[in-house]
Parts: sequence; C-alpha cells; structure tokens
Amino acid sequence: MFKTIKQLTSFVAVVAVLFAFTTETMAAKKSKTLKNTQKKGFVRCGVSQGLPGFSNADASGNWTGIDVDVCRAVAAAVLGDANKVKFTPLSAKERFTALTSGEIDILSRNTTWTLSRDADIGLTFVGVNFYDGQGFMVRKSSGITSTSQFKDGISACTNIGTTTELNMRDFFNSKGISYEPVAFEKADEVVAAYDAGRCDTYTTDKSGLAAQRTKMSNPDEHIVLPETVSKEPLGPVVRQGDSVWEDIVRWSLNTMIEAEEYGITSANADSMKTSDNPAIKRLVGAEGELGAAFGLDNDWSLRIIKQVGNYGESYKRNIADTGILPDRGPNELWTKGGILYVPPAR
Amino acid sequence: MKFRILAYFFLLLGVTDLTIKIFYGNIFSRFTEDYYEIANPILVFTPVLFFSLGGVFLKESRVSMSLENFGTTRIKYYSPQFICLAVVVLIFLFFTFNAQINMENRGIDFGFDFLAQESSFDMQFSLMDYDGQDPYWWAYVVALLNTLLVAVLGIIFCTIIGVVVGVARLSPNFLIRNTAAWYVEFFRNIPLLLQIFFWYYAALRALPLPQDASPLFGVTYLTIKGYYMPAFIWNNLNVFMYSILAAIVSIVFIRYYAIKLRDTQGKQIPVFYISLIILIILPLFTFLFGGVSLNFEIPVLKQLSATSFIYDGGIALPPELIALTLALSLYTATFVAECVRAGIQGIGKGQKEAASSLGLTANQVLKLVIMPQALRIIIPPTTNQYLNLTKNSSLAAAIAYPDLVLVFAGTALMQTGRAIEIVSITMLTYLSISLAIAALMNWYNKLIEIKEK
Repeated sequence: MFKTIKQLTSFVAVVAVLFAFTTETMAAKKSKTLKNTQKKGFVRCGVSQGLPGFSNADASGNWTGIDVDVCRAVAAAVLGDANKVKFTPLSAKERFTALTSGEIDILSRNTTWTLSRDADIGLTFVGVNFYDGQGFMVRKSSGITSTSQFKDGISACTNIGTTTELNMRDFFNSKGISYEPVAFEKADEVVAAYDAGRCDTYTTDKSGLAAQRTKMSNPDEHIVLPETVSKEPLGPVVRQGDSVWEDIVRWSLNTMIEAEEYGITSANADSMKTSDNPAIKRLVGAEGELGAAFGLDNDWSLRIIKQVGNYGESYKRNIADTGILPDRGPNELWTKGGILYVPPAR
Repeated sequence: MKFRILAYFFLLLGVTDLTIKIFYGNIFSRFTEDYYEIANPILVFTPVLFFSLGGVFLKESRVSMSLENFGTTRIKYYSPQFICLAVVVLIFLFFTFNAQINMENRGIDFGFDFLAQESSFDMQFSLMDYDGQDPYWWAYVVALLNTLLVAVLGIIFCTIIGVVVGVARLSPNFLIRNTAAWYVEFFRNIPLLLQIFFWYYAALRALPLPQDASPLFGVTYLTIKGYYMPAFIWNNLNVFMYSILAAIVSIVFIRYYAIKLRDTQGKQIPVFYISLIILIILPLFTFLFGGVSLNFEIPVLKQLSATSFIYDGGIALPPELIALTLALSLYTATFVAECVRAGIQGIGKGQKEAASSLGLTANQVLKLVIMPQALRIIIPPTTNQYLNLTKNSSLAAAIAYPDLVLVFAGTALMQTGRAIEIVSITMLTYLSISLAIAALMNWYNKLIEIKEK
C-alpha cells in the first residue's frame, strides 16, 4: 500500500495529529460555556425583538429592560463588565432553536416556564424574574369591560409559538365561545393587525399587553381587561447539560433579588462591606468564598449589584418609571406582600 | 504509475481521516462536546481536500491507463466510483452522527411519536374540520391542504392573467401593449415579500370595518375582517351534479361528431354555441323537473360589542388568503406572461402569414395555428413558474395565513420542540408537491409535443 517509508510516516503523522487534536479538547474545564464566554470576552444573550420594559433597543442600539439586566448581571459576574453582552433579537419561534444550537448562551426573553419546555426540548429554566399571566386587550370604544362579554365569532390576534396560543384555546373552549385565532410570527405584526381593526382582541402576557400598548398609535383607546387566564412565570433559560453555567445564571438573578431584600443598592454596595449582617457581607464578597464554586472570584456578586443594581432598581428603572406597570403586584418581595422569594446565598 | 500511487494514497487518507473522525470523534465527544461544535469546518475540510487531491491524481493516472488497456481491469474502472459513493455515504453519516451526538448532549429526543399527540392549538382557517383535540398529524394534513389551496388558486389566476397579459404585450394597439409591458416590469421587479406586505398591510387595511361596508354585487361584503359571501344551500344536489355530468358527456360526443363531420363532409357546425346551450339547458331542467332547488344563506351583520361587528352565516374568506393569492398570482403572472410572449414570438412569422393568406380570421390564426405550436415552447418554462409559486406560498407565514410553514414548521415545531423531525417532514413535503407538479406538467408537455412517426 505504501511504497516508501516517507509515505507511511506522513500517514502516521496525519493520524497522530488528528488524535492529538481530539485528546487536547478532553482537557476542557467543567463548564464549557463559561470557558467559551471568557475566551470570547462577551456573553451571548437572546432577547426579544422589542418589548418595552423587558428587552428593547433604543435608537442608538442600547438594550434596556429587566430581561436585559439578567444578561448584564451575568456579564458583570463572569467578565467583570456588565456591558460585555452581545444581544441577539429573536422571535418566539426562533428562540429555543437559537439556544439549543449554541447560537446564544442565555435566553432572557420573557419566556414562560412550563413542564414540557423544561423537560422535553433540552432547556433548563433557572428561575423567574417576572410573575405574569395572560390577559386580553380590547378597544375602549367597544364597551367591553370583562371577558364575560366576549361573543361567538370574536377574532383574537396573537403570536405563534407561544403558550398564549394554547391558553387562548383553553380559555375560549372552557367558556364555550367560538373564535377566530389570527397568529403572526412577529409581535410588531400582531400589534399592527390589532391596531388596524383586523382583530377584536389582542391576547398575550399582561406585561406584554401593557408594554405593547405604549407602541400603539393611540394607547389611550385601548384597555387591558382585568381577568388573568393563566400563570406565566417568565424567566431566563439556559441549555441543558452545563450545570455550572446554569448555576451562574441562576445565582446572578438570585443575587439581584436578595440584594433588594437586604437593601443593598448600586449606590451603597461598597459601604455594605462593613455591615454587621453576615448575609449582607457574603453578598458583597466581604465574607465567605461564594464565587469559588463557579470558578469566579469573590467579588462577582458585588459587581452585579454595583453595575446592574438590585431587582427593585431594575424594575423601577425599566418597568415602573416607564409607566408600563407601576404597581409591582406579585413581583414584590415576599417581605412586602409579593411572591419574590429566593434561596439564601450562603 | 507514480500518479496512481499518489491517488490511492490520498483517497485512502481521506477514508481513514473520515472514519477516525466519525468513530473516534464520536467516542471522544462524549467527554467533550466541544469537539464537533468548534472543529466542524476543519473536520470536513481535510477529508474533502484529500479526496479532491486523490481524484486529481486518479484522473491523471487514468488518462494514460485508459488509452492502453481500457476495460481490461474492471476493478480499475469501478473502484473510483465506489470510492466516490463511499465518500458521499461517509459525509452523510458524519453529519448524522454529529447531529445525534449534539442532541444527546443536550438531552433532546428524536422520534416521530409526537405526531400522534394532541395538538392543542386552533387554526384560523381550514378546509376540513380541525380542532385542537386532533393530533399533530391531522394539523399537518389540514395545513398542507391550506398550502395546496393557495397554490392551486395562485396557479389558476396567474395562468389566466399571464396568458392575457402575454398576448396583450404583442397587441398592435399601443395602449394595450404598453400597459401590459408596464405591468410586467412593475410587478416582476419588486420582491414578492414586499408585495405580500403591501396587499395585506396597505391595501386590505384600507378596507372598511364590517359595519361600514357597502355590499358588493348586492350580497357580498369586502371588509377588513375578510370577504363575506352567501353560501349555497342545495336540495338534491346530486341530481344537479348528474345533469352537469350528462351535459359534459354529450358535449364531448358532439365535438367528436363535429370533427368527424368536418373531416368527411367538410361541414362545420357551431360546436361552441351548441355546447353552451346544452350546458345551460340540462341543469336548468333539473330545477323544473328534478326537484332541485337552491337557497342562499346571506351573511348577516352581527354585533359583538359596541364597536365590533362581523358577518354571520355564509362563507368568509380570510383577508390573509385574499392578500396571499393576489400577491402570488400578480407576481407570478408577469413571468408566465413573458413565457407566453416568448412562445408566440418563437413561432415563425411565416406561419401567421400563411394562415392569414388561407383566409383564417385573426382569432382562428391564434387559436388553430400559433397557440398549438407556441404551447410547446411555453409549457416547460411555465412549469418552473408554477413550482416557484408553490414554494413562494410559504411566505404565508409573514401574514398569518395558516399554511404548512406557519402551522407545522411554526406552531407545531415550537410546541413540540422537534425541530429536526418537523423541518425534514416539511422539506420532504414541498419536494413531493414540486415533483408532482413537475410530473403533471411533463405529462402534459408529452401530450402536446410533436409526435414523430
């Protein structure tokens, strides 16, 4: 087969190189995603195509919103700079494929945590950053003030690839109302169709309704009906199979919530290092070795609080002050009558 | 001789390289999923390089070999072909393994069992009964029918418009000729997606709300929520259908008789008018004597709330279907028109002149002499346009028309997360539809092409 020694040796050399190449990558660290992120120098984050308060880009391309802040928190923890995030706007339909195929590392895009999504399609939900529920928006002039006034033949606009599409069917079926579903791929298309009068009602998560209302030609002409027809816990998602990365994202979110609980803000974080409360000292990195478990330094949580702020600051900045949902409702701390309750960082 | 050694060396290197990457890469990747993700381009690049080098050398060696002793050694002749086949199979396996491993690493299942699960979403518009309790495979069938509906409607309209415009472009009348030319240039040169958006978001948005709509043709209403038409309610529909069938059979018979009469005795009878009369009179008799009657269910305005109305009863065509059909047929018709024009102009001028000198009228020249010959030129490129239209119908997803892409590759994919399975099914479906249309058109082409004896 090999006429000369030279040929044989070159063959062996090529094979050896191939083997060397494969064995080299075996030395990869525990968290591949963390390693890649640090190598690239930015966090790859999937967000919505524009939902005010959650993830929305301004004219100069700066992203803001509470979903955006989760990614910024992770960047602050992992890379030391909250601005080192590359945002990828995704439609509801594209989002999971983008995450499982490795195009993004965190999906923080007002995504509802459900059993089948968590268990079936290679995703892991790390927590909840907004407790929401599905609602309906109608024109004020229609005189409808409650979903009980809906009649047979009503047309409802929504997004495809969402839990909304399924909840809508459950809702109308349980009420025995026949309806015409009109499902678009992009949120902007839904809003345009509803605004033009193609549909009688627009249904999605209530936070989404409140946010999209601000985009309409005349927001005051529309109202969100009081009924909530489903549970929509929205939160960040990561790929299944990298538990270290999963923990980093989970605890970045938890840090923001717990910081609010202990009254640590971006302004007073440094001075909290001398606090008497050990829980506070742990959160600002003055005590304990909490970062070591993730392969991070001890200031990771301090950087999150300083650069992004606590959950309350993020909510106020993005959702309350922009007039989307001034009332925090269930998204208030458990100590103040809400249901935000995170495990202790210790 | 030297070339052949080099050729075999590189080919073997390529095979070994691929084999190692598939099987060993497979094993290693269990420890590090990085392997495939990062190294993919390099992994495919080296074997391809080896195989191409091998191929080049093999060709060099075969040039001298084939001249001297071609056919003496079959192995020499067939082995390169086997190797080529093996390479194709190996590359296919490589991608399959790659997908399998990455899916396994991320805990994604593979399988088609989801098709039997309850779909649990509703569809805006369907030709057959569909409900969220039906399984995914039924959602697939219903969505496929919606795709076929828009494709068939589009093909019919684009053919009619295309033939008219194509003939009009050759009209001696300045106004007709130039209007047709402008139509073609305008609609052909704007991206289809933009046209769909235009019809849906701009043109149909300008339509009135149901309560403000004035009736069109007396009983139909064109509104922003759709086109509402009366539905026909038949009594003894089957008798009526039989009468139409009988009329068609007798027309075929009369045509056959007319041709025979013309060929043997040179007599012409007005076949068209006789056919028309039969087609009207026979079904009309069933109303008088067959107990057939027809009622209309006329859409009635119904109030949903203070400002929201719909029409209840009758048939409602959703605006999404109207916009999509309009855009697809107007766009594709420009290409069909050009095919028709090319076909007519492809027939020699002498044909037309000869026919005219025989005393045929302009209509007869077109119908009996030009068109039968032009069709042979028109059909093959028009087939391409039909295929394009069918594939372009997948742009429906942009305006919420529930076609295969929106419902199956959209909603169903999202609700199940079975991306690979659903996308392959969808691709295979479009492939099958296209091949079926091509087969049908090829059959028709065979039917009209010159029969050489």
